[in-house]
Amino acid sequence: MKSSVITFPGSNCDRDMDVALSKFGFKNKMVWHDDNELPKSDLVVLPGGFSYGDYLRCGSMASKSKIMQSVINFAKSGGLVMGICNGFQILVETGLVPGVLLRNKYLEFICKNVYVKVVNKQNPYFKNLDKDILELHIAHNEGNYFCTDDQLKEINENNQIAIYYCDEKGHTEEQHNPNGSLKNIAGIFNKEKNVLGMMPHPERMIDQSLSGEDGSIFFKNLINNLK
Amino acid sequence: MMLVNEKVAIEHGLKPDEYKKICDLLKRVPNITELGIFSAMWNEHCSYKSSRLHLKKLPTKSKKVIQGPGENAGVIDIEDNDAIVFKIESHNHPSFIEPYQGAATGVGGIMRDVFTMGARPIANLNSIHFGSPQNKKTKNLLRGVVHGIGGYGNCMGVPTIAGQTSFDSSYNGNILVNAMTLGLVKKNKIFYSKAAGLNKPVIYVGSKTGRDGIHGASMASASFDDKIEEKKPTVQVGDPFTEKLLLEACLELMEGDSIIAIQDMGAAGLTSSSIEMASKGNLGIEIDLNKVPCREAKMTPYEIMLSESQERMLIVLENGKEEHAKRIFDKWNLDFAVIGQTTNSKNIELFFDNEQVANIPVNTLVENSPMYDRKWKKAKLPKKNKFKNVDFNNLKIKDVLKKILSNHNVCSKEWIWQQYDHTVMGDTIQKPGGDSGVVRVHGTNKAVAASVDSSAVYCWAHPLTGGKQVVAESWRNLISVGAKPIAITNCLNFGSPENEENMGEFVECVQGISEASKYLEFPVVSGNVSFYNQTKEVGIKPTPAIGGVGLIKDYKKMISMNFKEINNLVLIIGKTEGHIDQSLFARTILDEKNGPPPEVNLFNEKNNGESLLELIENNYIKSAHDISLGGLLTAISKMCIKGNKGIKLSKSKNLMNEIEYFFSEDQGRYIIEIKPKDLSEVVKILKKNSVHYEELGIIIDNELVINQKTKVTIDELKSYNTNWLKNYMSS
Repeated sequence: MKSSVITFPGSNCDRDMDVALSKFGFKNKMVWHDDNELPKSDLVVLPGGFSYGDYLRCGSMASKSKIMQSVINFAKSGGLVMGICNGFQILVETGLVPGVLLRNKYLEFICKNVYVKVVNKQNPYFKNLDKDILELHIAHNEGNYFCTDDQLKEINENNQIAIYYCDEKGHTEEQHNPNGSLKNIAGIFNKEKNVLGMMPHPERMIDQSLSGEDGSIFFKNLINNLK
Repeated sequence: MMLVNEKVAIEHGLKPDEYKKICDLLKRVPNITELGIFSAMWNEHCSYKSSRLHLKKLPTKSKKVIQGPGENAGVIDIEDNDAIVFKIESHNHPSFIEPYQGAATGVGGIMRDVFTMGARPIANLNSIHFGSPQNKKTKNLLRGVVHGIGGYGNCMGVPTIAGQTSFDSSYNGNILVNAMTLGLVKKNKIFYSKAAGLNKPVIYVGSKTGRDGIHGASMASASFDDKIEEKKPTVQVGDPFTEKLLLEACLELMEGDSIIAIQDMGAAGLTSSSIEMASKGNLGIEIDLNKVPCREAKMTPYEIMLSESQERMLIVLENGKEEHAKRIFDKWNLDFAVIGQTTNSKNIELFFDNEQVANIPVNTLVENSPMYDRKWKKAKLPKKNKFKNVDFNNLKIKDVLKKILSNHNVCSKEWIWQQYDHTVMGDTIQKPGGDSGVVRVHGTNKAVAASVDSSAVYCWAHPLTGGKQVVAESWRNLISVGAKPIAITNCLNFGSPENEENMGEFVECVQGISEASKYLEFPVVSGNVSFYNQTKEVGIKPTPAIGGVGLIKDYKKMISMNFKEINNLVLIIGKTEGHIDQSLFARTILDEKNGPPPEVNLFNEKNNGESLLELIENNYIKSAHDISLGGLLTAISKMCIKGNKGIKLSKSKNLMNEIEYFFSEDQGRYIIEIKPKDLSEVVKILKKNSVHYEELGIIIDNELVINQKTKVTIDELKSYNTNWLKNYMSS
């Protein structure tokens, strides 16, 4: 399986994503933001970081960079595009997934482990996943998902919510919401489910010595689904 | 052009005799640009004029030291052609005036020092100290500093893996912000600041030069008074995004062989960077200031030379490599300009609008800079307090424990470190909140441990002992995670060197640091001195911060402090003598501020520490934690909280009062957890090494059982320990 990770000026989880994808069997290529063409890929990842220093609005400048036109075309033709953290912020700025990401509710950067509940397995990302609750890691300042009532209605009708923040047992009450996100939303799909944006970083949980191993479960399942 | 005389020199922070010396050295009156350059190079911050004499006493060499003090940072060998570059630096004065930017640029500055040497930063740490929680400025300063440290480090994508925070009224008017960075480099790809060769192009890269931070280094060399707010314009403004680009661009250029010397523009900007490179290479340097990329129009030579705009580097390139280098900096959207060249004049010559605007022999700025043997006063060892059992009789252990665990200097600092990205780069295997932070050396089985420590109260009570203690504590924190300690960096925060008592504190703390690091073979490879941490006449408590670095050869053998398994045995290594003076218990429960700090026995420190490493090497240790502030029971409580397990303590065979046993702060002690089946082997090793040990108890489910009458649940311990800071910041 071939993957591409885009490096924008200010990306800082690009290497971590490269390490994770390679560990689980992807043949990964790093792609520079100023390139025109995507290499042939089965998966394109927009990594975390602070592209363009988060200036103007998180993700907004990166969404206009040269490579993004081919990423958008790739997504529209059904290709798998996954945005993690800042990558999610870039995805909402392109309009590939609906909504916006606001500043965290308590106005502070949050770096910690969280639990997320996987609610939709009819897609290439979570199909066949044998767990419903994953322990992943978040590290962000703007992860407070928000959209309009109309958008939310449409998101629900199309089953576009991918993961919710929850506790270890899967409860999704307000107190399990780390950043004020609407309905505890931690990740969301486009209508067709080939584009996924999420705040948690699975690439930071791929080894027993790190914060945990649920990221490994996610990546192993993902590559098996693509085979 | 402004005329220069003694009055103008004094306004630049120079003393009349220093001004006279400048005129004598130049054999003329300097012009205003030259005066600015002298004032920047000769201030305390850049010249170490009051400290140089004493810093020479520090041991700086060992088999593992590749580069000691004198470069941008120290470098140590961690085997297999890998090396770690590290340093700690203060940004105290700017952080008090403007906490966000002050702290942010402190973090930015230290990371630049590290990647200037060719190393990719892999971990950040910090040591931050604030006034009393009741002081009305404390909360905002803390919030601003934490946001600033996070804002910069998080954006750079470098994990912040450990730190230290304390509150003490002596910092009410003068907070401390010390930032430390570790970087990883191949031993054969280390870059230095020594220029070499004639007519080599001098390159300016990074951000444009603006009017921010002019005279920042001079500000950092003065005390605060009522007009401190007026100094806000001298605080630099950081842009971590540009620094991230600068990091990637520099590392890309460093892959080749284009660079002869490289130096970041930190304190005193273009002035100190160009002069340092020329001085180390015994060369001259000429710069055309019209070629310096400027952010604002009509900047004068004086302003260009003294600006402390951030995210800038000066590079001496090989001839003919300009185009290659320019392509890299263009790719990263950074300014690039050839601004001058090396010469054989041994002078720094500056040109502006085709006129020479400064011409100063480099050696007058560096070798001939002033050096003072300041007067200092030796501190007496305070008399011990005589506590009687009746002093303790009314105290209930549980109440004391609650007060100590929730004390602002002991309580959990999660509110702070949760705002720092501590997991980016995917190699953090011990997060903040442990004895040391630990990151793996990417792609290897090795890991590097780092911790930062200070004990201002001990240093204040007796500087010599305090200096030793901080080094010993750093050593213990590394050993507790299974790392072999290699070297330290120090950030020496003190009051005015012109005050005999403050100067005495400095001299004796340095003496203590020196003795301990010599004995423990734990040399000092880099550091920084910050004097004039005082408001009006009152100095801070002497606060040397020690950043220690150690190596874990197999990261799977790393130890953490959380209790692991029910029925495992818990032992204490090192002898409990019941030293209560200067303990947190004495100060907060008895309100007794006098007395000597606990004695530091370097033989025991070394022997106990090395014995614990031997036990770890043999896989006997399941968890370990050193005993420091708050004593034995505090340390045990933290192991319970982290591991979510309890312990049933056995009745101590010790004859002293329980309070003294549980809350004294004797040094050289660790708590360890072992499997019952390993007890005899562990005891054999401890006895062989003549290490004092006692059996403390056995791990149980969810209660700390102190004696038959006193039990505390783990949930209670957690609530004591975790709430104070969160509540304080939201109140």
